Amino acid sequence: MELKSKVPSGPLEQKWDSHRFNMKLVNPANKRKYHVIVVGAGLAGASASATMSELGYRVSCFVYHDSPRRAHSIAAQGGINAAKNYQNDGDSIKRLFYDTIKGGDFRAREANVHRLAQCSVNIIDQCVAQGVPFAREYGGLLTNRSFGGAQVSRTFYARGQTGQQLLLGAYQALEKQIAKGAVAMHTMTEMIDVIVIDGVARGIVARDLTTGRISTHLADAVVLATGGYGNVYFLSTNAKQCNVTAAWRAYKRGAAFGNPCFTQIHPTCIPQAGEFQSKLTLMSESLRNDGRCWAPVKQGDTRSARDIPESERDYFLERKYPSFGNLAPRDIASRAAKEVCDEGRGVGDTGLGVYLDFADSIKRLGEKTVAERYGNLFEMYERITDENPYRQPMRIYPAVHYTMGGLWVDYNLMSTVPGLHVLGEANFSDHGANRLGASALMQGLADGYFVIPVTIGDYLAQAKLAPVTPEHPEVRAAEAAANDRMKRLVGIKGKRAADSFHRDLGKIMWEKCGMARNTASLTTAIQDIGALKEEFWRNVNVPGSDADLNQALEKANRIADFMELGELMCRDALEREESCGGHFRTEYQTPDGEALRNDDDFAHVAAWQYTGEGATPTRLVEPLTFENVQLSQRSYK
Amino acid sequence: MNFTLKVWRQANAKSAGRLETYAAKEIPSDASFLEMIDIVNDHLEADGKEPIAFAHDCREGICGSCSMMIDGVAHGPVKGAATCQVHMRSFKDGQVITIEPWRSVAFPVLKDLVTDRSAFDRIIQAGGYISAPTGGARDANEILVAKSDSDSAMDAAACIGCGACVAACPNGSASLFTGAKIAHLARLPQGQPERYKRVELMVAQMDDEHFGHCTLYGECQAACPKQISIDVIGLMNRDYIVAMATKTPDMAGASGHG
Repeated sequence: MELKSKVPSGPLEQKWDSHRFNMKLVNPANKRKYHVIVVGAGLAGASASATMSELGYRVSCFVYHDSPRRAHSIAAQGGINAAKNYQNDGDSIKRLFYDTIKGGDFRAREANVHRLAQCSVNIIDQCVAQGVPFAREYGGLLTNRSFGGAQVSRTFYARGQTGQQLLLGAYQALEKQIAKGAVAMHTMTEMIDVIVIDGVARGIVARDLTTGRISTHLADAVVLATGGYGNVYFLSTNAKQCNVTAAWRAYKRGAAFGNPCFTQIHPTCIPQAGEFQSKLTLMSESLRNDGRCWAPVKQGDTRSARDIPESERDYFLERKYPSFGNLAPRDIASRAAKEVCDEGRGVGDTGLGVYLDFADSIKRLGEKTVAERYGNLFEMYERITDENPYRQPMRIYPAVHYTMGGLWVDYNLMSTVPGLHVLGEANFSDHGANRLGASALMQGLADGYFVIPVTIGDYLAQAKLAPVTPEHPEVRAAEAAANDRMKRLVGIKGKRAADSFHRDLGKIMWEKCGMARNTASLTTAIQDIGALKEEFWRNVNVPGSDADLNQALEKANRIADFMELGELMCRDALEREESCGGHFRTEYQTPDGEALRNDDDFAHVAAWQYTGEGATPTRLVEPLTFENVQLSQRSYK
Repeated sequence: MNFTLKVWRQANAKSAGRLETYAAKEIPSDASFLEMIDIVNDHLEADGKEPIAFAHDCREGICGSCSMMIDGVAHGPVKGAATCQVHMRSFKDGQVITIEPWRSVAFPVLKDLVTDRSAFDRIIQAGGYISAPTGGARDANEILVAKSDSDSAMDAAACIGCGACVAACPNGSASLFTGAKIAHLARLPQGQPERYKRVELMVAQMDDEHFGHCTLYGECQAACPKQISIDVIGLMNRDYIVAMATKTPDMAGASGHG
């Protein structure tokens, strides 16, 4: 199969405009005849559901949470980028485009990224109109801050709760449409499968999490906005319920999975404290604006931070990357911290940590200003670690945070299964091999508010869809398969809790397909996962019934998919014989330890096509052509 | 650390519940309250027993899922924290800890510690938004908002919709939740056109959902993990009076109680 990106022709700046003109429209009176299913109600799903229903489409939205307000977008702290140039510091759409392409280590599609930068300015306008309380100057204007990987101040924020406020804006718009009867909301309902008829996505199979009932839902198009798969590592900054199941089932129904090995390890997280740990907590990247990263010069230095004199501290980011300093992009900052710890210079009981120190900022700005900027983050840190970051530096360590890979989509955000669209973190499209800070919120909302509401019309206007009924054999078969799977899981009655498999999977992935990977580690990982999978289906214990609220069953169902995904990630990492962004193959590095890309052989998207249980998936390739930027080795020195 | 847990177990909304006793053994003091329950659940699951069902997700105090009465206190002993932000170092070794779901007529128990809080969504549906369909928004900097207004709007907007305010209130009132959304939007210029219609419809919905009335005990603000001040209830009450006093026939017709 050939991957058709459907990028419009013409100059970069005009692609989206001319595409919008060339797309087919659905007449306003006909829109209500079309039914669109949206799965997920984070930034992308909620904004898409609200906007498509405002246009007149009939929308059904499905979430496994008890309310659409709880999606993990809510936890994003730092901010959202937009090329407003309100600070008059030389920003522009072109610069945001360039920073994002470069930040992604030249592994993203130019046209998508440029459109993202164009939409960014509309997002801020839309959110302010909804009442999102972004931070302001005393004169009443919006204020900005700088964020990792950029030299301009283009990040808009609402204290340390930007994701929450943006999500509540989209949630409120969605609730308004629900009240009008324009969106049918299904809470506590988890998507279990996609229904594909004659090669076209026509609906989903879902499980009511309260009663366990499996049901089928048919539509003219399906939109997945189901987030990322960072929880394949068990420990990540993702919420506990974030999972790959919706995307994975779509993959198994024919949607190609793009760049699964591109995962982002965020440099500033609170280090793991022990085996019991259930998740890791991010400390916003914004802290690096005023905090300085350092580690002791000496190995195994057990003195407390304040007792280590200035001359015996290594401000490693400032030393290695003088022009970006502490604001180097996430992948680079994470690797630098890992290197320091690998050299035996890590801090804390585990030696897996570096300092993020605010002493200089407190001296320069005063404690009050620092508290105003980061008070809630400091409080969060103290609550978790029992240490006061005003008095002693924070300890931080990288943790899995975001997945750039995801279902492959064309310029219209449609997967390789016609009718199946994918938005936000669930798709692979805009961040290449590394996402810059404050770009995830931007992408989720660009996809949901401004892209899919237009491109879905083009699809619906041209798709000649025959009516389907719940009695269709494919619908029945998908429903039966979902029921069988649940019954199978509760029937195993082995000896281990589902979570224990998840922890084991996480360890394999972190050690062998984490911040550094190589042929040996990846090959063993694939074998280890195979063995774990085999044991899972023999020895997991899922107590209770499938016809009930059963959280053990929910977990087991998701973990089974995570294991299969983990295998694909390792396979993808193994085949990509280069280092780029967050994908660091130890075999491919520059003499000073930076990622060494291989543009001749790997300037492409790898999208994996499912070929059946136990069979090796096919690796499809979408070449990336760069007409507007010069490929270069990223330099933040 | 070791604890004895007395946990509310209830099979579903229709069946009767009861407190069951569990031993939580060898719990690290750095474990969060939910991690302590994870450990207990792992043992239950491995033994083929049904784990304790509880709502949770982000585990960093922002999604508003977790919701436990710990020894009769909503979200437990730590001020300004959701259940997921409480760590076992806040308890004494050997302590007996009673864990129950939110108690409110408006939040029926679905299973064990999981309750149905959809009434909150319906209050938002009644009017907790600014009507601003996508597209056509003017440039963001054309709307000036005084920093103090923006900051106080943000204070109210920080609500995570967990329901601790209702659970803590002797009357089971949702006034802090509803007032917080009303205050968030009323403190911004964008929220003015719908301000009085909003308060009327949201208050009516609150009544329809069988939440109790507010008599200003103040328990809600003490329990609120985001420490939202009951000032928002004052603002809501004042706006409600204005709405009633200036009510036009058109608005009466529009009040469809959600």
